Amino acid sequence: MMDDRNALFSQQSFARAVEFIWREAEMLDRRDYRAWLDLWDPTGFYVVPIDPATTDYAASLNYAYDDQDMREKRVQRMTSGYSASASDAARTVRTVSRFTLESNASDVVEIKSAQVIVAYKRSATTIFAADLSHTISFAGGTPRLVEKVIRLIDSTEALSAIGFLL
Amino acid sequence: MSDTLYQTIDTGALHRRAQPDRIAPSMYYDPALFEAELERIFYKTWIWVAHESELPNPGDFRTTTIGRQPVIVVRDKSGAVHVLQNRCRHRGATVCEEHKGNAKGFTCPYHSWSYALDGTLRALPYGDGYEGVCEKNDLPLKALRVGIYQGLIFASFNEDIEPLEDFLGGAKPWIDLFMKQGAGYPIKANGEHKFRFKGNWKIQLENTTDLYHFPVVHKSWMKSIDDETAAAITSFMTSDDAFCRSLGNGHSLAVLVPELVDLDHDDGAPLPERFNDLAAKLAGRHSPAEVRRIVRSLMGVGFNLNLFPNLALSMAFFRVLRPLSSEETEIRHVALAMDGGPDEANRVRLRIHEHFQGPFGFGSPDDAEAWERVQRGSHAGPDVPILVNRGLNRETTAANGEKTAHATDETGMREAYRQWRAMMEQA
Repeated sequence: MMDDRNALFSQQSFARAVEFIWREAEMLDRRDYRAWLDLWDPTGFYVVPIDPATTDYAASLNYAYDDQDMREKRVQRMTSGYSASASDAARTVRTVSRFTLESNASDVVEIKSAQVIVAYKRSATTIFAADLSHTISFAGGTPRLVEKVIRLIDSTEALSAIGFLL
Repeated sequence: MSDTLYQTIDTGALHRRAQPDRIAPSMYYDPALFEAELERIFYKTWIWVAHESELPNPGDFRTTTIGRQPVIVVRDKSGAVHVLQNRCRHRGATVCEEHKGNAKGFTCPYHSWSYALDGTLRALPYGDGYEGVCEKNDLPLKALRVGIYQGLIFASFNEDIEPLEDFLGGAKPWIDLFMKQGAGYPIKANGEHKFRFKGNWKIQLENTTDLYHFPVVHKSWMKSIDDETAAAITSFMTSDDAFCRSLGNGHSLAVLVPELVDLDHDDGAPLPERFNDLAAKLAGRHSPAEVRRIVRSLMGVGFNLNLFPNLALSMAFFRVLRPLSSEETEIRHVALAMDGGPDEANRVRLRIHEHFQGPFGFGSPDDAEAWERVQRGSHAGPDVPILVNRGLNRETTAANGEKTAHATDETGMREAYRQWRAMMEQA
Protein backbone atom coordinates (compact mmCIF):
# COMPACT_ATOMS: atom_id res chain seq x y z
CA MET A 1 0.00 0.00 0.00
CA MET A 2 1.38 3.36 -1.05
CA ASP A 3 1.51 6.02 1.68
CA ASP A 4 0.87 9.69 0.98
CA ARG A 5 4.54 10.58 0.79
CA ASN A 6 5.23 7.83 -1.75
CA ALA A 7 2.18 8.83 -3.75
CA LEU A 8 3.42 12.42 -3.91
CA PHE A 9 6.89 11.30 -4.95
CA SER A 10 5.34 9.09 -7.56
CA GLN A 11 3.27 11.93 -8.99
CA GLN A 12 6.28 14.22 -9.09
CA SER A 13 8.53 11.74 -10.83
CA PHE A 14 5.76 10.84 -13.25
CA ALA A 15 5.29 14.49 -14.16
CA ARG A 16 9.03 15.03 -14.54
CA ALA A 17 9.31 11.95 -16.70
CA VAL A 18 6.47 13.03 -18.98
CA GLU A 19 8.01 16.47 -19.33
CA PHE A 20 11.33 14.80 -20.19
CA ILE A 21 9.70 12.56 -22.84
CA TRP A 22 7.96 15.53 -24.45
CA ARG A 23 11.21 17.45 -24.55
CA GLU A 24 12.89 14.46 -26.20
CA ALA A 25 10.08 14.23 -28.76
CA GLU A 26 10.50 17.88 -29.64
CA MET A 27 14.26 17.46 -30.06
CA LEU A 28 13.76 14.54 -32.39
CA ASP A 29 11.21 16.39 -34.55
CA ARG A 30 13.68 19.30 -34.77
CA ARG A 31 16.45 16.81 -35.61
CA ASP A 32 18.52 18.20 -32.77
CA TYR A 33 20.34 14.89 -32.50
CA ARG A 34 23.45 16.16 -30.74
CA ALA A 35 21.33 17.46 -27.89
CA TRP A 36 19.40 14.17 -27.92
CA LEU A 37 22.65 12.26 -27.29
CA ASP A 38 23.09 14.26 -24.08
CA LEU A 39 19.80 12.94 -22.72
CA TRP A 40 21.32 9.48 -22.40
CA ASP A 41 22.98 7.61 -19.60
CA PRO A 42 26.16 6.16 -21.21
CA THR A 43 25.05 2.64 -20.29
CA GLY A 44 21.65 3.05 -21.93
CA PHE A 45 20.17 1.25 -24.93
CA TYR A 46 18.01 2.62 -27.72
CA VAL A 47 16.01 -0.31 -29.11
CA VAL A 48 13.63 -0.79 -32.02
CA PRO A 49 12.74 -4.49 -31.87
CA ILE A 50 11.20 -6.54 -34.67
CA ASP A 51 9.75 -9.42 -32.64
CA PRO A 52 6.74 -7.94 -30.76
CA ALA A 53 7.26 -10.32 -27.83
CA THR A 54 11.00 -10.25 -27.33
CA THR A 55 12.71 -8.74 -24.31
CA ASP A 56 16.07 -10.41 -24.98
CA TYR A 57 17.17 -7.84 -27.51
CA ALA A 58 20.80 -8.91 -27.58
CA ALA A 59 19.82 -12.38 -28.78
CA SER A 60 17.35 -11.09 -31.40
CA LEU A 61 17.54 -9.29 -34.70
CA ASN A 62 16.29 -5.74 -34.15
CA TYR A 63 15.84 -2.71 -36.34
CA ALA A 64 18.11 -0.88 -33.93
CA TYR A 65 19.91 -1.98 -30.77
CA ASP A 66 22.19 0.93 -29.98
CA ASP A 67 24.57 1.31 -27.10
CA GLN A 68 26.32 4.64 -26.59
CA ASP A 69 28.86 3.96 -29.35
CA MET A 70 26.21 3.04 -31.92
CA ARG A 71 24.02 6.00 -30.93
CA GLU A 72 26.93 8.33 -31.51
CA LYS A 73 27.68 6.69 -34.85
CA ARG A 74 24.01 6.89 -35.84
CA VAL A 75 23.88 10.59 -35.04
CA GLN A 76 27.20 11.16 -36.77
CA ARG A 77 25.84 9.45 -39.87
CA MET A 78 22.62 11.44 -39.86
CA THR A 79 24.34 14.78 -39.45
CA SER A 80 27.42 14.14 -41.61
CA GLY A 81 25.96 15.06 -44.98
CA TYR A 82 27.23 11.77 -46.42
CA SER A 83 23.91 9.92 -46.18
CA ALA A 84 21.47 10.70 -48.99
CA SER A 85 18.51 9.37 -47.04
CA ALA A 86 19.34 11.40 -43.92
CA SER A 87 20.19 14.56 -45.83
CA ASP A 88 16.82 14.41 -47.56
CA ALA A 89 14.89 12.95 -44.65
CA ALA A 90 11.18 13.34 -44.11
CA ARG A 91 9.91 16.12 -41.86
CA THR A 92 8.17 14.71 -38.84
CA VAL A 93 5.58 15.66 -36.29
CA ARG A 94 5.14 13.24 -33.41
CA THR A 95 2.59 13.02 -30.66
CA VAL A 96 3.39 11.11 -27.48
CA SER A 97 0.57 10.45 -25.05
CA ARG A 98 -1.34 7.75 -23.10
CA PHE A 99 1.35 7.75 -20.39
CA THR A 100 1.32 5.16 -17.64
CA LEU A 101 3.78 4.72 -14.79
CA GLU A 102 4.93 1.12 -14.95
CA SER A 103 7.46 1.08 -12.16
CA ASN A 104 9.06 3.52 -9.82
CA ALA A 105 11.98 2.34 -7.74
CA SER A 106 15.04 4.03 -6.31
CA ASP A 107 15.18 7.04 -8.61
CA VAL A 108 14.37 5.07 -11.77
CA VAL A 109 10.96 5.21 -13.42
CA GLU A 110 9.56 3.27 -16.33
CA ILE A 111 6.94 5.08 -18.38
CA LYS A 112 4.88 3.50 -21.12
CA SER A 113 3.22 5.60 -23.78
CA ALA A 114 1.85 5.74 -27.31
CA GLN A 115 3.63 7.54 -30.13
CA VAL A 116 2.26 8.51 -33.53
CA ILE A 117 4.72 10.01 -36.01
CA VAL A 118 3.51 11.53 -39.24
CA ALA A 119 6.42 11.76 -41.65
CA TYR A 120 6.22 13.88 -44.78
CA LYS A 121 8.49 13.53 -47.79
CA ARG A 122 7.95 14.14 -51.50
CA SER A 123 4.18 14.52 -51.46
CA ALA A 124 3.67 11.45 -49.29
CA THR A 125 2.87 11.13 -45.60
CA THR A 126 3.69 7.94 -43.71
CA ILE A 127 2.54 7.01 -40.24
CA PHE A 128 4.80 5.25 -37.73
CA ALA A 129 2.70 4.18 -34.74
CA ALA A 130 4.39 2.60 -31.75
CA ASP A 131 4.17 1.68 -28.11
CA LEU A 132 7.05 3.30 -26.26
CA SER A 133 8.79 2.39 -23.07
CA HIS A 134 11.15 4.91 -21.44
CA THR A 135 13.29 4.01 -18.47
CA ILE A 136 14.55 7.23 -16.91
CA SER A 137 17.02 7.65 -14.07
CA PHE A 138 16.86 10.65 -11.74
CA ALA A 139 19.79 9.42 -9.68
CA GLY A 140 22.21 12.16 -10.72
CA GLY A 141 19.70 14.96 -10.33
CA THR A 142 19.32 15.45 -14.08
CA PRO A 143 17.04 12.89 -15.73
CA ARG A 144 18.88 10.47 -18.01
CA LEU A 145 17.56 7.86 -20.43
CA VAL A 146 18.55 4.35 -19.43
CA GLU A 147 16.46 2.59 -22.03
CA LYS A 148 14.03 3.51 -24.78
CA VAL A 149 12.14 0.75 -26.56
CA ILE A 150 10.05 1.55 -29.61
CA ARG A 151 7.63 -1.23 -30.53
CA LEU A 152 6.18 -0.38 -33.92
CA ILE A 153 2.72 -1.88 -34.35
CA ASP A 154 3.72 -3.11 -37.81
CA SER A 155 7.25 -4.19 -36.90
CA THR A 156 6.89 -7.56 -38.65
CA GLU A 157 5.67 -5.97 -41.88
CA ALA A 158 7.76 -4.34 -44.58
CA LEU A 159 8.43 -0.75 -43.51
CA SER A 160 9.56 2.30 -45.42
CA ALA A 161 13.24 3.11 -45.04
CA ILE A 162 13.65 6.26 -43.01
CA GLY A 163 16.30 8.89 -42.45
CA PHE A 164 15.20 10.13 -39.01
CA LEU A 165 15.03 8.82 -35.45
CA LEU A 166 11.93 7.26 -33.91
CA MET B 1 33.07 -0.72 -80.12
CA SER B 2 32.20 2.90 -79.61
CA ASP B 3 29.17 4.25 -81.41
CA THR B 4 26.27 6.51 -80.59
CA LEU B 5 23.61 3.84 -80.34
CA TYR B 6 23.49 4.27 -76.59
CA GLN B 7 21.83 7.63 -77.16
CA THR B 8 18.51 6.07 -78.16
CA ILE B 9 16.44 2.97 -77.59
CA ASP B 10 13.57 1.15 -79.24
CA THR B 11 10.50 1.50 -77.01
CA GLY B 12 8.32 -0.80 -79.10
CA ALA B 13 8.01 -4.55 -78.45
CA LEU B 14 8.40 -5.43 -74.78
CA HIS B 15 11.42 -7.70 -75.06
CA ARG B 16 13.30 -5.22 -77.25
CA ARG B 17 13.33 -2.70 -74.41
CA ALA B 18 16.35 -4.56 -73.03
CA GLN B 19 19.32 -4.31 -75.36
CA PRO B 20 22.76 -5.81 -74.64
CA ASP B 21 24.13 -2.49 -73.39
CA ARG B 22 21.08 -0.38 -72.43
CA ILE B 23 17.45 -0.59 -71.43
CA ALA B 24 14.39 1.57 -71.95
CA PRO B 25 13.29 3.65 -68.93
CA SER B 26 9.77 2.21 -69.26
CA MET B 27 11.29 -1.07 -68.03
CA TYR B 28 10.86 0.51 -64.61
CA TYR B 29 7.30 1.82 -64.79
CA ASP B 30 5.19 0.32 -67.59
CA PRO B 31 2.26 -1.54 -65.92
CA ALA B 32 1.66 -3.66 -69.03
CA LEU B 33 5.28 -4.76 -69.02
CA PHE B 34 5.00 -5.59 -65.32
CA GLU B 35 1.99 -7.85 -65.97
CA ALA B 36 3.91 -9.58 -68.75
CA GLU B 37 6.87 -10.09 -66.38
CA LEU B 38 4.64 -11.81 -63.84
CA GLU B 39 3.33 -14.19 -66.50
CA ARG B 40 6.54 -14.87 -68.37
CA ILE B 41 9.09 -14.76 -65.53
CA PHE B 42 7.61 -15.05 -62.03
CA TYR B 43 4.98 -17.64 -62.99
CA LYS B 44 7.39 -19.51 -65.27
CA THR B 45 10.74 -19.96 -63.59
CA TRP B 46 12.08 -21.10 -60.22
CA ILE B 47 11.35 -18.58 -57.47
CA TRP B 48 13.02 -18.74 -54.06
CA VAL B 49 10.43 -19.00 -51.28
CA ALA B 50 12.19 -20.00 -48.03
CA HIS B 51 15.21 -21.60 -46.41
CA GLU B 52 14.82 -25.05 -44.89
CA SER B 53 15.99 -23.78 -41.51
CA GLU B 54 12.81 -21.68 -41.34
CA LEU B 55 10.82 -24.94 -41.26
CA PRO B 56 12.74 -27.20 -38.86
CA ASN B 57 9.74 -29.21 -37.61
CA PRO B 58 6.68 -30.93 -39.12
CA GLY B 59 3.85 -28.40 -39.36
CA ASP B 60 6.22 -25.40 -39.60
CA PHE B 61 5.16 -23.01 -42.33
CA ARG B 62 5.76 -19.58 -43.70
CA THR B 63 3.70 -17.63 -46.19
CA THR B 64 4.82 -15.44 -49.06
CA THR B 65 3.72 -14.49 -52.54
CA ILE B 66 5.06 -15.32 -55.96
CA GLY B 67 4.09 -12.35 -58.06
CA ARG B 68 0.60 -11.64 -56.75
CA GLN B 69 -0.16 -15.25 -55.87
CA PRO B 70 -0.13 -16.07 -52.14
CA VAL B 71 1.55 -19.37 -51.27
CA ILE B 72 2.29 -21.41 -48.16
CA VAL B 73 5.65 -23.13 -47.73
CA VAL B 74 5.09 -25.97 -45.26
CA ARG B 75 6.81 -29.09 -43.92
CA ASP B 76 4.43 -32.05 -43.61
CA LYS B 77 4.44 -34.87 -41.06
CA SER B 78 6.84 -36.95 -43.12
CA GLY B 79 9.29 -34.05 -43.35
CA ALA B 80 8.59 -33.26 -47.00
CA VAL B 81 8.37 -29.59 -48.03
CA HIS B 82 5.32 -28.47 -50.00
CA VAL B 83 4.56 -25.13 -51.61
CA LEU B 84 0.79 -24.72 -51.82
CA GLN B 85 -1.40 -22.02 -53.27
CA ASN B 86 -2.87 -20.17 -50.31
CA ARG B 87 -6.39 -20.36 -51.67
CA CYS B 88 -9.32 -22.52 -50.68
CA ARG B 89 -10.57 -24.66 -53.54
CA HIS B 90 -14.17 -23.75 -52.68
CA ARG B 91 -14.56 -19.99 -52.95
CA GLY B 92 -10.98 -18.79 -53.01
CA ALA B 93 -10.33 -17.42 -49.52
CA THR B 94 -6.80 -17.58 -48.15
CA VAL B 95 -6.48 -20.42 -45.64
CA CYS B 96 -3.59 -18.84 -43.71
CA GLU B 97 -2.77 -15.21 -42.92
CA GLU B 98 0.16 -15.67 -40.51
CA HIS B 99 3.67 -14.83 -41.72
CA LYS B 100 5.01 -17.99 -40.09
CA GLY B 101 4.13 -20.53 -37.44
CA ASN B 102 3.30 -24.16 -36.80
CA ALA B 103 0.01 -25.77 -37.80
CA LYS B 104 -1.68 -29.17 -37.87
CA GLY B 105 -3.44 -28.17 -41.06
CA PHE B 106 -5.15 -25.20 -42.68
CA THR B 107 -8.85 -24.43 -42.32
CA CYS B 108 -10.66 -21.95 -44.49
CA PRO B 109 -12.39 -19.32 -42.33
CA TYR B 110 -15.32 -19.00 -44.75
CA HIS B 111 -16.96 -22.47 -44.80
CA SER B 112 -14.46 -24.55 -42.82
CA TRP B 113 -12.99 -26.64 -45.59
CA SER B 114 -9.90 -28.06 -43.94
CA TYR B 115 -6.65 -29.18 -45.52
CA ALA B 116 -3.79 -31.37 -44.35
CA LEU B 117 -0.19 -30.13 -44.32
CA ASP B 118 0.37 -31.72 -47.73
CA GLY B 119 -2.63 -29.85 -49.14
CA THR B 120 -5.07 -32.80 -49.13
CA LEU B 121 -8.68 -31.76 -48.53
CA ARG B 122 -9.49 -33.58 -45.27
CA ALA B 123 -13.01 -32.43 -44.51
CA LEU B 124 -15.79 -30.14 -45.59
CA PRO B 125 -18.94 -29.58 -43.54
CA TYR B 126 -22.33 -30.90 -44.66
CA GLY B 127 -20.85 -32.92 -47.49
CA ASP B 128 -24.22 -34.19 -48.70
CA GLY B 129 -24.44 -31.16 -50.98
CA TYR B 130 -21.44 -32.47 -52.89
CA GLU B 131 -22.46 -36.14 -53.25
CA GLY B 132 -22.26 -36.94 -56.90
CA VAL B 133 -21.12 -33.38 -57.62
CA CYS B 134 -17.39 -33.47 -56.87
CA GLU B 135 -14.83 -35.58 -55.03
CA LYS B 136 -12.74 -34.41 -52.08
CA ASN B 137 -9.72 -36.14 -53.57
CA ASP B 138 -9.92 -33.87 -56.58
CA LEU B 139 -9.77 -30.67 -54.53
CA PRO B 140 -6.46 -30.37 -52.67
CA LEU B 141 -4.74 -27.02 -52.26
CA LYS B 142 -2.94 -26.62 -55.56
CA ALA B 143 0.71 -27.54 -55.24
CA LEU B 144 3.67 -25.98 -57.00
CA ARG B 145 6.80 -27.76 -58.16
CA VAL B 146 9.43 -27.70 -55.41
CA GLY B 147 13.21 -27.85 -55.71
CA ILE B 148 15.74 -27.63 -52.89
CA TYR B 149 19.45 -26.96 -53.18
CA GLN B 150 21.71 -26.41 -50.15
CA GLY B 151 18.58 -25.73 -48.05
CA LEU B 152 17.34 -23.07 -50.47
CA ILE B 153 13.70 -23.85 -51.31
CA PHE B 154 12.50 -22.81 -54.73
CA ALA B 155 9.03 -23.25 -56.22
CA SER B 156 7.52 -22.95 -59.67
CA PHE B 157 4.04 -22.82 -61.16
CA ASN B 158 5.53 -24.30 -64.32
CA GLU B 159 5.03 -28.08 -64.40
CA ASP B 160 7.42 -28.39 -67.34
CA ILE B 161 10.26 -26.45 -65.77
CA GLU B 162 13.81 -27.73 -66.01
CA PRO B 163 15.32 -29.36 -62.91
CA LEU B 164 16.38 -26.80 -60.28
CA GLU B 165 20.02 -27.86 -60.45
CA ASP B 166 20.09 -27.26 -64.21
CA PHE B 167 18.56 -23.83 -63.68
CA LEU B 168 21.14 -22.91 -61.03
CA GLY B 169 23.89 -24.24 -63.30
CA GLY B 170 27.03 -22.13 -63.01
CA ALA B 171 25.81 -20.58 -59.77
CA LYS B 172 25.93 -23.88 -57.84
CA PRO B 173 29.64 -23.86 -56.92
CA TRP B 174 29.20 -20.33 -55.61
CA ILE B 175 26.17 -21.34 -53.54
CA ASP B 176 28.33 -24.10 -52.05
CA LEU B 177 31.03 -21.56 -51.20
CA PHE B 178 28.46 -19.20 -49.65
CA MET B 179 27.24 -21.88 -47.26
CA LYS B 180 30.75 -22.30 -45.83
CA GLN B 181 30.19 -19.24 -43.64
CA GLY B 182 28.53 -21.61 -41.18
CA ALA B 183 32.14 -22.35 -40.18
CA GLY B 184 31.36 -26.05 -39.79
CA TYR B 185 27.82 -25.48 -38.53
CA PRO B 186 24.71 -25.53 -40.73
CA ILE B 187 23.43 -22.12 -41.84
CA LYS B 188 20.27 -20.97 -40.10
CA ALA B 189 17.96 -18.06 -40.93
CA ASN B 190 18.02 -15.83 -37.85
CA GLY B 191 15.45 -13.08 -38.34
CA GLU B 192 14.88 -10.67 -41.18
CA HIS B 193 14.51 -7.02 -42.03
CA LYS B 194 11.78 -6.14 -44.51
CA PHE B 195 11.29 -2.82 -46.22
CA ARG B 196 9.59 -1.39 -49.26
CA PHE B 197 10.82 1.14 -51.77
CA LYS B 198 8.95 3.03 -54.43
CA GLY B 199 10.68 1.57 -57.41
CA ASN B 200 10.76 -1.29 -59.87
CA TRP B 201 12.10 -4.70 -58.82
CA LYS B 202 14.80 -4.70 -61.47
CA ILE B 203 16.47 -1.67 -59.87
CA GLN B 204 17.19 -3.91 -56.87
CA LEU B 205 18.09 -6.84 -59.11
CA GLU B 206 20.74 -4.68 -60.78
CA ASN B 207 22.09 -3.44 -57.47
CA THR B 208 23.37 -6.74 -56.06
CA THR B 209 26.29 -6.90 -58.49
CA ASP B 210 26.64 -3.10 -58.78
CA LEU B 211 29.79 -2.55 -56.77
CA TYR B 212 30.33 0.77 -58.55
CA HIS B 213 27.76 2.42 -56.25
CA PHE B 214 29.17 1.14 -53.00
CA PRO B 215 31.75 3.77 -51.99
CA VAL B 216 29.36 6.54 -53.06
CA VAL B 217 26.02 5.49 -51.59
CA HIS B 218 27.47 3.86 -48.48
CA LYS B 219 29.99 6.50 -47.52
CA SER B 220 28.18 7.23 -44.25
CA TRP B 221 28.22 3.54 -43.33
CA MET B 222 31.92 3.25 -44.13
CA LYS B 223 32.67 6.22 -41.92
CA SER B 224 30.96 4.38 -39.05
CA ILE B 225 33.20 1.30 -39.23
CA ASP B 226 36.88 0.92 -38.48
CA ASP B 227 39.40 1.88 -41.14
CA GLU B 228 40.71 -1.69 -41.45
CA THR B 229 37.27 -3.07 -42.37
CA ALA B 230 36.43 -0.14 -44.64
CA ALA B 231 39.67 -0.59 -46.54
CA ALA B 232 39.16 -4.34 -46.91
CA ILE B 233 35.61 -4.01 -48.13
CA THR B 234 36.34 -1.38 -50.77
CA SER B 235 39.68 -2.73 -51.96
CA PHE B 236 37.81 -4.05 -55.02
CA MET B 237 37.78 -0.54 -56.49
CA THR B 238 41.43 -0.83 -57.39
CA SER B 239 42.08 -4.57 -57.11
CA ASP B 240 42.70 -6.77 -60.13
CA ASP B 241 41.65 -9.85 -58.17
CA ALA B 242 38.08 -8.65 -57.66
CA PHE B 243 35.70 -9.14 -60.57
CA CYS B 244 32.12 -9.30 -61.85
CA ARG B 245 31.01 -12.39 -63.80
CA SER B 246 27.98 -13.69 -65.66
CA LEU B 247 27.07 -17.27 -64.75
CA GLY B 248 24.31 -18.01 -67.26
CA ASN B 249 20.51 -18.23 -66.85
CA GLY B 250 20.48 -14.63 -65.60
CA HIS B 251 22.69 -15.38 -62.59
CA SER B 252 25.79 -13.34 -61.83
CA LEU B 253 28.54 -12.79 -59.33
CA ALA B 254 30.48 -9.86 -57.91
CA VAL B 255 33.63 -10.70 -55.93
CA LEU B 256 34.66 -7.82 -53.68
CA VAL B 257 36.96 -9.46 -51.10
CA PRO B 258 38.90 -12.16 -52.97
CA GLU B 259 40.58 -13.43 -49.77
CA LEU B 260 37.16 -14.47 -48.42
CA VAL B 261 35.80 -16.31 -51.45
CA ASP B 262 36.59 -19.76 -50.05
CA LEU B 263 36.45 -19.65 -46.26
CA ASP B 264 38.12 -23.06 -46.05
CA HIS B 265 41.22 -21.44 -47.46
CA ASP B 266 42.89 -19.50 -44.66
CA ASP B 267 45.63 -17.19 -45.86
CA GLY B 268 46.84 -16.78 -42.27
CA ALA B 269 46.30 -13.02 -42.26
CA PRO B 270 45.75 -11.52 -38.79
CA LEU B 271 42.12 -11.51 -37.66
CA PRO B 272 40.47 -8.08 -37.70
CA GLU B 273 41.27 -6.29 -34.47
CA ARG B 274 37.67 -5.40 -33.75
CA PHE B 275 36.96 -9.09 -33.16
CA ASN B 276 39.76 -9.53 -30.61
CA ASP B 277 37.38 -9.66 -27.63
CA LEU B 278 35.18 -12.22 -29.32
CA ALA B 279 38.17 -14.34 -30.33
CA ALA B 280 39.38 -14.32 -26.72
CA LYS B 281 36.00 -15.52 -25.48
CA LEU B 282 35.78 -18.24 -28.11
CA ALA B 283 39.28 -19.47 -27.27
CA GLY B 284 38.00 -20.98 -24.05
CA ARG B 285 35.87 -23.56 -25.84
CA HIS B 286 37.30 -23.75 -29.35
CA SER B 287 40.63 -24.67 -30.87
CA PRO B 288 42.70 -21.85 -32.41
CA ALA B 289 41.79 -23.16 -35.87
CA GLU B 290 38.07 -23.14 -35.03
CA VAL B 291 38.32 -19.62 -33.64
CA ARG B 292 39.93 -18.43 -36.87
CA ARG B 293 37.30 -20.23 -38.93
CA ILE B 294 34.42 -18.67 -36.98
CA VAL B 295 35.85 -15.15 -36.86
CA ARG B 296 36.84 -15.16 -40.53
CA SER B 297 33.23 -16.07 -41.38
CA LEU B 298 31.51 -13.33 -39.35
CA MET B 299 31.30 -10.90 -42.26
CA GLY B 300 30.19 -13.70 -44.59
CA VAL B 301 31.86 -14.54 -47.88
CA GLY B 302 33.68 -12.05 -50.06
CA PHE B 303 31.09 -11.99 -52.83
CA ASN B 304 27.51 -11.26 -53.84
CA LEU B 305 25.74 -13.95 -55.87
CA ASN B 306 22.66 -12.83 -57.77
CA LEU B 307 20.19 -15.57 -58.68
CA PHE B 308 17.67 -14.50 -61.28
CA PRO B 309 15.04 -13.32 -60.62
CA ASN B 310 14.44 -12.89 -56.87
CA LEU B 311 17.26 -14.12 -54.61
CA ALA B 312 20.75 -12.94 -53.79
CA LEU B 313 23.27 -14.58 -51.51
CA SER B 314 24.99 -11.42 -50.47
CA MET B 315 28.07 -11.70 -48.26
CA ALA B 316 26.44 -12.60 -44.91
CA PHE B 317 22.70 -12.63 -45.70
CA PHE B 318 19.96 -13.59 -48.15
CA ARG B 319 18.39 -10.74 -50.12
CA VAL B 320 14.92 -11.53 -51.41
CA LEU B 321 12.89 -9.26 -53.64
CA ARG B 322 9.15 -9.35 -54.11
CA PRO B 323 7.66 -7.20 -56.88
CA LEU B 324 4.48 -5.48 -55.67
CA SER B 325 3.71 -3.35 -58.71
CA SER B 326 5.63 -1.78 -61.57
CA GLU B 327 6.69 0.98 -59.15
CA GLU B 328 6.92 -0.71 -55.76
CA THR B 329 9.08 -3.55 -54.43
CA GLU B 330 9.53 -5.30 -51.10
CA ILE B 331 12.99 -6.36 -49.96
CA ARG B 332 13.81 -8.90 -47.28
CA HIS B 333 17.27 -9.17 -45.79
CA VAL B 334 17.46 -12.49 -43.96
CA ALA B 335 20.13 -12.64 -41.26
CA LEU B 336 22.11 -15.87 -40.96
CA ALA B 337 23.53 -17.71 -37.98
CA MET B 338 25.59 -20.80 -37.26
CA ASP B 339 22.96 -23.35 -36.21
CA GLY B 340 24.30 -24.71 -32.93
CA GLY B 341 27.30 -22.39 -33.10
CA PRO B 342 28.59 -20.16 -30.30
CA ASP B 343 25.98 -17.63 -29.13
CA GLU B 344 28.47 -14.82 -28.71
CA ALA B 345 29.55 -15.14 -32.34
CA ASN B 346 25.97 -15.35 -33.58
CA ARG B 347 25.20 -12.16 -31.64
CA VAL B 348 28.07 -10.39 -33.36
CA ARG B 349 26.55 -11.50 -36.66
CA LEU B 350 23.22 -9.97 -35.61
CA ARG B 351 24.86 -6.67 -34.72
CA ILE B 352 26.74 -6.58 -38.05
CA HIS B 353 23.44 -7.19 -39.87
CA GLU B 354 21.61 -4.47 -37.91
CA HIS B 355 24.41 -2.02 -38.56
CA PHE B 356 23.92 -2.03 -42.34
CA GLN B 357 20.56 -3.59 -43.18
CA GLY B 358 16.94 -2.77 -42.77
CA PRO B 359 14.81 0.37 -42.82
CA PHE B 360 16.80 1.91 -39.94
CA GLY B 361 20.20 0.50 -40.85
CA PHE B 362 23.21 2.58 -41.90
CA GLY B 363 23.16 1.17 -45.45
CA SER B 364 19.73 0.12 -46.72
CA PRO B 365 18.01 3.53 -46.38
CA ASP B 366 20.66 5.08 -48.61
CA ASP B 367 20.21 2.29 -51.17
CA ALA B 368 16.45 2.88 -51.07
CA GLU B 369 16.97 6.61 -51.55
CA ALA B 370 19.15 6.03 -54.61
CA TRP B 371 16.69 3.51 -56.08
CA GLU B 372 13.72 5.82 -55.56
CA ARG B 373 15.66 8.57 -57.29
CA VAL B 374 16.24 6.20 -60.24
CA GLN B 375 12.52 5.44 -60.35
CA ARG B 376 11.53 9.12 -60.30
CA GLY B 377 14.20 10.18 -62.76
CA SER B 378 13.43 7.43 -65.25
CA HIS B 379 10.15 9.14 -66.13
CA ALA B 380 12.15 11.89 -67.83
CA GLY B 381 13.00 11.13 -71.44
CA PRO B 382 11.21 7.89 -72.32
CA ASP B 383 13.52 7.40 -75.30
CA VAL B 384 16.72 8.14 -73.38
CA PRO B 385 18.20 4.77 -72.42
CA ILE B 386 19.38 3.62 -69.02
CA LEU B 387 22.99 2.54 -69.54
CA VAL B 388 24.31 -0.86 -68.52
CA ASN B 389 27.43 -0.70 -70.69
CA ARG B 390 30.16 -0.16 -68.11
CA GLY B 391 33.14 -2.42 -68.76
CA LEU B 392 32.14 -3.66 -72.21
CA ASN B 393 35.63 -2.55 -73.27
CA ARG B 394 37.33 -5.02 -70.91
CA GLU B 395 34.95 -7.96 -70.71
CA THR B 396 36.39 -11.38 -71.52
CA THR B 397 34.47 -14.56 -72.36
CA ALA B 398 35.56 -17.96 -71.09
CA ALA B 399 35.11 -21.23 -72.97
CA ASN B 400 31.99 -21.99 -70.92
CA GLY B 401 30.44 -18.69 -71.97
CA GLU B 402 30.89 -16.91 -68.65
CA LYS B 403 31.87 -13.29 -69.09
CA THR B 404 34.18 -11.55 -66.65
CA ALA B 405 35.06 -7.89 -66.18
CA HIS B 406 36.18 -5.57 -63.42
CA ALA B 407 34.33 -5.71 -60.10
CA THR B 408 32.75 -2.32 -60.76
CA ASP B 409 31.49 -3.29 -64.21
CA GLU B 410 27.94 -4.02 -65.25
CA THR B 411 28.45 -7.54 -66.56
CA GLY B 412 26.01 -8.95 -63.99
CA MET B 413 23.24 -6.56 -64.99
CA ARG B 414 23.78 -7.42 -68.64
CA GLU B 415 23.40 -11.12 -67.80
CA ALA B 416 20.14 -10.49 -65.93
CA TYR B 417 18.76 -8.49 -68.84
CA ARG B 418 19.90 -11.13 -71.34
CA GLN B 419 17.82 -13.68 -69.42
CA TRP B 420 14.96 -11.20 -69.02
CA ARG B 421 14.86 -10.67 -72.75
CA ALA B 422 14.98 -14.39 -73.52
CA MET B 423 12.05 -15.07 -71.17
CA MET B 424 10.03 -12.08 -72.31
CA GLU B 425 10.43 -13.10 -75.95
CA GLN B 426 8.55 -16.31 -75.26
CA ALA B 427 4.87 -15.73 -75.92
